[in-house]
Order: sequence, then C-alpha cells, then structure tokens
Amino acid sequence: MKLREVLQLIEGKVLTRNTDLDLEVRMGCGADLMSDVLAFTHEGTLLMSGLTNPQVVRTAEMAGIQAIVFVRGKLPPPETIALAEEKGIALLASKYTMFETCGRLYRAGLPSCGLFESSLKRWREFFGEE
Amino acid sequence: MVSTPLATQQKREITRLQELVYELRVRDAMTTRVITVTPRTTMAEFREVLRANRISGTPVVDEGRMVGIISIEDLIKALAAGELHATVGEKMTPRPMTLYDDEPLVHAVSKFSSLGYGRFPVINRQGDLVGILVQGDIVRALLRQLEVEYHEEEVRRYRASHIFEDILADQVTLRFRYQVTGGDFERAGEASSRLKKTLSRLGIHPRIVRRVAIAAYEAEMNIVIYTDGGELIAEVDPKRVYMLAVDHGPGILDIQKAMEPGFSTAPDWVREMGFGAGMGLPNIQNCTDEMRLESTVGVGTRLEMVVYLDASGQS
Repeated sequence: MKLREVLQLIEGKVLTRNTDLDLEVRMGCGADLMSDVLAFTHEGTLLMSGLTNPQVVRTAEMAGIQAIVFVRGKLPPPETIALAEEKGIALLASKYTMFETCGRLYRAGLPSCGLFESSLKRWREFFGEE
Repeated sequence: MVSTPLATQQKREITRLQELVYELRVRDAMTTRVITVTPRTTMAEFREVLRANRISGTPVVDEGRMVGIISIEDLIKALAAGELHATVGEKMTPRPMTLYDDEPLVHAVSKFSSLGYGRFPVINRQGDLVGILVQGDIVRALLRQLEVEYHEEEVRRYRASHIFEDILADQVTLRFRYQVTGGDFERAGEASSRLKKTLSRLGIHPRIVRRVAIAAYEAEMNIVIYTDGGELIAEVDPKRVYMLAVDHGPGILDIQKAMEPGFSTAPDWVREMGFGAGMGLPNIQNCTDEMRLESTVGVGTRLEMVVYLDASGQS
C-alpha cells in the first residue's frame, strides 16, 4: 500500500518535508512500546504510535521502518521531525485513535506483521499446545 | 504491494533531486561567461553573435549597466518585418527580470515555469551582471551534483566492502568504538545509528545489519537509562559481528530475572518514553546468535553479543 493511499484512508496529514508518497508499506504495526516495535516488526512496516519523542524515529531507523503515523491527533515536537527528515523517515498524523487508525488500514488490506516465534514459544509453553 | 529495489532506488534519487533544487544556488548552475550586446548593435550584427556563439539570446549592456535583454524571437520578428538594420536598443525588452546569484535554484525553477522566459540574467546583490541562466543549465547542474554524490557514496561503499579482500593478513578484524552517555535521551541511539551505517557500507546483508542494529540499540538504551555511561564496541571479521556493551553503572541484581520478558526496574519517566517494558534483554537474545551477560552490583555490566554473517539472516 502506498503512503498516498494510507493518507487517504486515515484522512491524515504529512508532517515531514520531501515525503515520498509513492513509498510502499508492506504491513502495519501499532505499538507504544519501543521494544515491541523492535521485536515484532519487519523491514518495510508502517508504524502507528501514540509516542512522539525522537526515540520513536531512532527505533524506526534501527528496525528499517520508513514511515510512522502518530495517532490520537498527537503532534511530535520539532526535534522528532528534524531527526525524521535527516533519516529520511516519513511522519504522518492521524486524528483517529490507535484502534481506528489501524482498523481503517487493516480493513483496506494492509496486513499485520504476523506471528513471531519468540512469543509463540511462550504461548505454547503456557497453554500446553504443541 | 512490494516495490522492487530498483524502483525504490529511483524514488530516492527523485527525492534527492527535489532537495537539491533547494540546496543549490543559482550561481552553482549559471553560465559565468556572459556574451552581451549594446543598444547600438544592429539586428544583423546580433544575428552573427547568436550564430557564432550558438546561443539564443543575450543581455544588453550599456556602459557597464544592464539595460535590457534580447532573444532569437526578437530577431525573427525583425527578419519578418525586414528590419535587420534596426538597433538592438529598439527591439530589446527593457528592464528584464533577473535572478540573484545567491537565490536557491528552486526560485529559478518557479520563475521559468510561471513567466515562460527562456533565460534570466543573473546579478549579484550589488547589481552587477555576473551570469546567465537557461533551463538546460538547471538540469545540467542537478545531474552534475547527483553524479558527484552518487559517486562519493559508491566510492565509500566500494572501499568499505572490499576492505577484507584488500588487506593482506591471515586474519582481519575491524574494531569500532562508540561512547554512550548515561541519561542523555537526546542523543541516545546515535552510537547504534552510526554502527548501522558503517555495517551497511561494509556490504553486510541488510537482514544481518538489522539484527545487529536492534541488539546494539537495546544495549545502548540500557546504558543510557540505567547507568552513568559506557561504551559500545563492535568487532567485525569476515565471519561474524561481535559486540560488547560495557558500563560502570549500578549492575544487575538478578540476571535471571532481568532476562524474563516483562521484568523491568525502569522508572516511570523511562516508561513514558516507550522504554523500560522489560523486553530489551529478551529482544537482544532473539536478535543475536550468542549472548553473554555478566554483572556485578556496584561495579558494572558487560554484555557480549555475537551475530554470525553466514547465517540466513532471519530476524
């Protein structure tokens, strides 16, 4: 899904300059815990977050995430935008909640990041599944 | 849904091109050797000037001052009217639109498209004529700059990725050392960011780079959150990336507990920033092939991490 389409679906705004709206995102992840972002995403993921500090951009950089949507109408401080522009990461804003922002994109066909072996292992151990 | 690497590359170049239009100045693109005529030059002489220099227009200068501009269109009109004996002064456009030499190139681009002129004389802030700009100059300047930048990054990447082949030794290990400042959330992640870029330049597979970067970042954040500072050291050889995150902080009381997903001793302000959820160390374990954590309370913590380069690179 192109960022252009994402923007339409969430009725969002672009926060960074020189944003390439033809950028393809392959899946989506909604998280406010940065370690979860690092653990449960793949390269090319679109991140939805309610956190707006510069570390969200750092985290995205490490995880190979090229675009972030800030939900619940939250707007990032200038440091966050400056760092994102330096790293070539697109920042978008959505006035909708995390649930609705993710829901609009999921309904339009943007898949999730899927299941991860690390969490499945704990799941199987706890519930005694094979 | 998946874009090809080539398309992504092209998009990046186009974005860079847009940036360059803002970064480059008019003087970076203009022609400095300006051919001029005077108001007393006849249209017949003007035709010879155009032909001899293979240009399509010139500024008109009288006693050092620019008084107008004249182009091939004015010549064609004069030819049609049989007025080749007329002077440039009679046929020129007086007081032409100009560009300043220190204006960003993007101003020139918008003036070309909004006014439809073929050329602009360029003046400095003192009003002296210092150059002339046609649309082709802009394209040429952008391509030249892109080529220079592309070449620089290529050279860096080439140099770095061939370093193991070019160095003659039985064993080569590259060692990178980064300082991490405790409590400095502003700059937290810079060490990992620089390491990530370095590894990419070395030509290491992107999936491996991602695993190393995530492990390094979690380790760096731990140093920033819990200690007064420390170091991140990375050693790269053709087989593996070895990392050591070391600090002289308070130490970890119960390592086994610290390794449990969800266990955390982070203060609230750290949690508010999206960290300290007790997933850092388990994340590092997932991203690395080997991990060794040693800690003594009151002395410090040593975290060793290894990622093998020949692995499939799964995350």
